[in-house]
This record gives sequence, structure tokens and C-alpha cells, in this order.
Amino acid sequence: MNQLFTNTATLARLIWRRDRVQIVLWLLSLIIFTIAVAATFPVLYPEGPEREIIAQTFTNPALISMLGPAYGIHNYHLGAIMAHQMLLFTMVVVAIMNILLTIKHTRRDEELGRIEVIRSLPVGQLATASATMLVLAITNAVLGLAVSLGLGLLGLTGMDWIGSCFFGGALSATGLFFAAAALLFAQLTETSRAALAYSFGFLGLSFLLRAVGDVGSEPLSLLSPLGLVLRAQVYVRNYFWPLGVVFLGAVFLTMLAFRLNTRRDLEAGFVPARPGRSHASPFLSGPLGLVLRLERTTILGWTVGMFILGASYGSIFTDVEDFVHSSELYQQMLPHTAGASVLDQFVAMLLSVLSMLAAVPALLVILKLRAEERAHRMEHLLARAVTRQKIMGSFLGTALVVAVVMQLAGVVGLWASASAVVDDPFALGQALQGALVYLPAIWVLVGLAALLVGAAPKGANLAWFYLGYTFFVSYFGSLLQIPAWMSKLTPWGYIPNVPLEPVRPWTAAAALVLAAALMALGLAGYRRRDIYG
Amino acid sequence: MAILKVNNVTKRFGQVTALAGINLEVNPGEVYGFIGPNGAGKTTTIRILLGILQATSGSVEVFGLDAWRDAVEIHRRIAYVPGDVSLWPNLTGGEVIDFFVRLRGASRKNRREELIERFDLDPTKKCGTYSKGNRQKVALVAAFAADADLYILDEPTSGLDPLMELVFQECIQELKAQGKSVFLSSHILSEVEKLCDRVSIIRQGRIIETGSLKELRHLTRTRVRVETAQSLPDLSSLPGLHDLEEFPGGASFQVDGDQLGPVLQYLSQYQIIALESAPPTLEELFMHHYKGAQ
Repeated sequence: MNQLFTNTATLARLIWRRDRVQIVLWLLSLIIFTIAVAATFPVLYPEGPEREIIAQTFTNPALISMLGPAYGIHNYHLGAIMAHQMLLFTMVVVAIMNILLTIKHTRRDEELGRIEVIRSLPVGQLATASATMLVLAITNAVLGLAVSLGLGLLGLTGMDWIGSCFFGGALSATGLFFAAAALLFAQLTETSRAALAYSFGFLGLSFLLRAVGDVGSEPLSLLSPLGLVLRAQVYVRNYFWPLGVVFLGAVFLTMLAFRLNTRRDLEAGFVPARPGRSHASPFLSGPLGLVLRLERTTILGWTVGMFILGASYGSIFTDVEDFVHSSELYQQMLPHTAGASVLDQFVAMLLSVLSMLAAVPALLVILKLRAEERAHRMEHLLARAVTRQKIMGSFLGTALVVAVVMQLAGVVGLWASASAVVDDPFALGQALQGALVYLPAIWVLVGLAALLVGAAPKGANLAWFYLGYTFFVSYFGSLLQIPAWMSKLTPWGYIPNVPLEPVRPWTAAAALVLAAALMALGLAGYRRRDIYG
Repeated sequence: MAILKVNNVTKRFGQVTALAGINLEVNPGEVYGFIGPNGAGKTTTIRILLGILQATSGSVEVFGLDAWRDAVEIHRRIAYVPGDVSLWPNLTGGEVIDFFVRLRGASRKNRREELIERFDLDPTKKCGTYSKGNRQKVALVAAFAADADLYILDEPTSGLDPLMELVFQECIQELKAQGKSVFLSSHILSEVEKLCDRVSIIRQGRIIETGSLKELRHLTRTRVRVETAQSLPDLSSLPGLHDLEEFPGGASFQVDGDQLGPVLQYLSQYQIIALESAPPTLEELFMHHYKGAQ
């Protein structure tokens, strides 16, 4: 039995050596960000009646679906605000970090044949898996400790030491749970791509279950690890059992993954590979066919995912409506157009979030051009009778169309399920308009990625940072009262908040021209530069 | 009229000079060997021929067209096999072959099936599950199924087993019989020796030797092993002799090409019982050029 784990520590040191910069960067940004946000709260939310009003707005189901349930609303101190506004978001980021690192050191290394070399040495069968979990366990522990310490030292009203420890503990438990889940998916699938897809799908599902559960039926939230952790009511009641359950869940998933790992062959999965077609379909006859064939699963998966996401949010429209009717405060604040306005606000927020998510698959497609080059597969096309314009044009065109498809899928899902639960929420035409309004912004981002791929291929992944920045400004723009110029640094800052604001054709036209210019520059650069494989 | 003409081409990557003024000329119907150790600049040269990299200076003409500017036009008549074949892990071998053939335009359907059979390839498997040799077979089938005028092959057999190497050599000989040109980069010297009409040797970004194998052999030595009835005197004073090893009843040595006649004449005085002479292999040629350099 002990033989299974031989040399785990050595391999853990290798993982640390390979990723120390990445891990330290992740940790530093998470820790500094969390503490810095908490430090701004006394200014953002001064004590007094104003905070009471804010507390009331946070019982709005629309916000709850995004941020999680608002605990301690009757004594809404800074701790309660911190847990409500920040915990869920930070948990999701921690989960993403854990998924990426776990898959990278398990299935991805296995796929690249590195584990084979390692396994030929006196190393236990489970040593890679256990070394990965060891490094991530330490990483999550350090994260939890540092965040607890930092928040505790701030010493803000309501942010006591016990609550701060729970905040940090919640992050650690969540991180460990998603690392374990990713480890399990790494056993089931044969490729790292599939393992990532399953892991992120699981994270997305956890988020959605919780969103629907938090607003309507509590039991659904208990099924989601994210929902469960929020039930710890950090800074309010500090219940320990949810964290304990999630932690035990992580241990259980790890054991299960270990067990599956010992039962399978190296480089095999549990989802068996079937023989494929011996001839290509007539469709696969040029760069465009290749892009669609390669990105088929991504595009389909995302389309379904966007539809489900839209539909989930649409399904809580009825709760939003009920809330508006029952809340006296809202009636007083917005005497005339209360109902319409709160629903419209909700719709505006959803449209913005959906559009940023829709940008992800579009970026995936255009950046695939760079990934293919790095994998030395572009030379197959370039050594045959295909122009560079046609190659890049195929990736670019697909990315642009994917953006449209994603926007439609999300908004149609939203509209369909909202119409099912509420009478006449908004017209389909209005919904489609909402989808189209954001397209120029997504296309500008795609254009930027195209420019990077064409002219500065080494920096192509900067496009992800830009999208991350956009997410950050939009998600926290109003919560943290971020200065206006910061949101004007991304194309999303110029898109009108439909349906709250009217459509501005000139803004859209300007964005389209900018997108076209970026793409043209990218194409020109791609034609001229050396291709490295 | 040369089908491929490389004129004083230099390629720099930042500070590093990968190619320093190389010249090559491949004639129609010729199988041209391009040999050199790892890192000498073989793959860089080929990528410039394909217009994937742009030469820093100098000109490259293929079929009389500019390799960078007219890449697409040229590629309609070229088939290429990369050295390290990277394929899409989720596509099957069959799909990739069809895709490659379609990208060129012209396809020869029955040729594909025949080649898949000859190379013993399972086209229904995903490329992610293929070994290096099998990925190479995919690229070779796609290249040979194409009806090209010039075949550019970058170490195409480095992952193939001896049986498949033989199939590969047959395919090249068929191309030669059809009057096609082949540009074969390799460091498997026996293969180059068997297939190529002319050879260039590249080292550290410079062409150090070009010519037919016959011409190149003149530059070097023949290995001789001789046994005689009468014992031999000390041979070390003979001109042009190297690596002399004497043993009871005979000797073995290398002799410069122009001294072979006189040396044999001299030896025949001692009643030769057995004589083995081997022409210099390309390997010896290669070593000859590289040993001095290192």
C-alpha cells in the first residue's frame, strides 16, 4: 500500500519548482485583492440609515442570484457585507485556480507523456496524483491562513477573528473540494481538454444550482458545494458544519480518484475511445472546415451552457417580481415604475454578464490559431495551397459568428424561461436587441486578440487578462464604487445598459469600425510575420 | 533550369544566425539529399523553402517563383512531410489524410487506399493515440497521395521501423521513375546513399560540401583490408595511408582516393590472398567533415 505513494514529496517539489511563480502570483492577487476590498468598506458603507437601505436592496432576489443569500440583514455590519458581496466570487476564483493547476499536473502531463517518464523511475502509482493534491492542499491552506490573518488584522466592526477564520476556511475548503473534483475528472477522461471541460462544467453547474436554490428552494443550494459553503453564514452565525461537509467531500472525492487511478492504465480514461471515421466528411475540406471540426465540441457545449445559464436566470423572474410587490421600501423609492425598473435593472445586469461570458468561446476560437501554431500544426496548412488570409480569416470569421450564436443562446434562454414564469416580461424583439447591442464590444475584444495573434503572438494571452479586467470592473463597478474612467478602459464601458438606456447607434458604429480596424491590422501582421511551426 | 534555387540565403533570429549565406540547386527529376546534424539549419532552410519563414536576405525560387511571395502558387505543386509530425489529437488519421489531400486541390483517391495499406496504417484511430511512427505515416500517405512535382521531406523516416523504411524507399524510387523531384533532409545516411543523386552537407548554417556521391567520394578515402602470403614490410612510409593497423599476415588501412592505384600495385608484390575494399560510406564522409570541425 505504501508503495503507491513512494516519492510523493520529491514530485511535490518538482510541481512547486515548475509552478512556484504561478502559484505565488495566484495567492498574492487573491490575498491582496480580498483584503484591499475589505479595507475600502468603511468608506463605501458608512454606518447609519443609508446602510439599512443598502441592506434592503440586497434582499433583492436578482442580487441574491448573483452574490448568494444575504445573511445578517438586520444587523448589516461590515462583516456581513464582506461575506455577502465577496465570498462567493472569491470562492469561484479559487475554484478556477485549483481546477487549472490540478489538471495541468495530472491529465495534461499524462497526455504529454511526461508521467510515463516519471513512472519508469522508482515512483509510486499514485505519487503524481498525491503530489498534486499535496501541493494544492498547502496552497489552499496558505491562502486560507493569509486571508484569515489579513481580515482579522483589519479589525473592522463586525469582522471579528472567528469570522475571519471562517472566511479563510471557506476559501480553503472550496479550493480543496474543486481540486479533488478535477482530480476525479482527470481519471475519467482521456484528454486534458475534456477533463477541463467537465471540471468547469461542474463549477458552472454548482453556481447555477446555488443561484436558483438561493432564490427559491433552499435544498438545491445544499446540493452545490458553493451553496453549501455559503450556509456557514460567515461573520454572522459562523456555522462550522457546512465547511466540515465540504472538506469531507473533498477527502472522499480524492480517495475515489485515487482508487480509480490505481485501476486504470496509464494514459487511459474510463470513458473509452471509440474508433473514428476512416474518411473525412466532405465538410472538412479547408481551413474553415478544420476550425469548425476542432471547435465543434467547444461551440456546442458553450451554446448549451449559455442557454441553460440564461434559462436559469429567467426562471427567477417571478421571485424578483414578487419581491418588488412586497417590499415597501422599493415601492417608496421608486413610486411609479417600480416593477418595470427593478426587472429592467435585473435584465440589464444579466445581459452584461451573458455578453462577457459569450466572449469566452469567441476568444477561445481566435486564440486557437496561436495555440495551433505553438503545437506546430500550422505548417501543415501553410505548406499546402492555402493563403494566410484564408487561414486567419477562417478562425476570425468563426469567432465572430460564435459570438453571435452565444449571445442568441443566452438571451433566448433567458427570454424563454422568463416568459414561462412571468406574464409578459419583455418581448422577444427586445431580448434580441439586448443580445445584439453587446456584439460590437465582443467583436472589439476578438479584434484585439486577432491583432495580438497577428502582430505580437507571444502576448496573445493578454486578451484573457483584458476580459478578466472587464469582468472585474463590471461585476464590482457599482459594488465597490470604482471610478468611471476605469470602466471606460474596456469596450463594455461604452455599451448602453439596455433596457435601462436607449440604444446608441453611433457608439455601436464606432465600436464596429474599431473592431474592423483591429482585425485588418491583425490580418496584415499575420501575412507578414514568420510562423513558428 | 533548376526547379529549386536557393541563392545566398541568410536567416537571423534576433542575434542568432541560423543560416549564413547558403546556396542550393535542385534539378528536375533529381533526388537531392540534404544532410547535417541536429541544429545545423536543415529545418529552418525547409521552412524558408515553404515560405513559412522569411529569409533575412538572399532569394529562394521554386519553379521560378518567389518562395515567400508566391507561396500558395508554389504549394499547389509541392508535397511536404515535416520532421516532427504534430496532428490534431481528436481527429482520426483518415480524416487528416483526406483534409490534407483536399487542401492541395488535386487528389488521387485510389492512391490513398493503396498507400494506407502499404504503410499498414489504421485510419480509424484518433491521432492522439498514434505513435511517432504512425503520425509520420499519416503525413507520408498524404504527401505521396498528392500529385506533386516537388516533394520536400524533412527527416521523414526517423520514427519508422525498417520494414516501413523500405516501403518509403520504394515510394521515393517510384517518384524518381516518374521524373519527380525530391528534396530529402535526413541524417540516416544509408538512406540518403541509397536514394539520392546529389547531396549537400550543412553545418552550423553553412553548406560545406555539395555534389554527387561519386564526386564526394573522390574527396575521401577507401578502406582496405588485405592479407598476403609474404609478410608485409612496414607500410607507414607509403604516401596517402591513414589509420594503419598491421596484424600477422596482413593489414588494414584507409587510403586517399588518388593513392589507391599505387598502393595496390605495391601490395601485389607480396602475393595477395584476400582483399576487401569498401568505398567510403557517407557516414565516413560525414565524420570526416565533422571531426575536423569539433
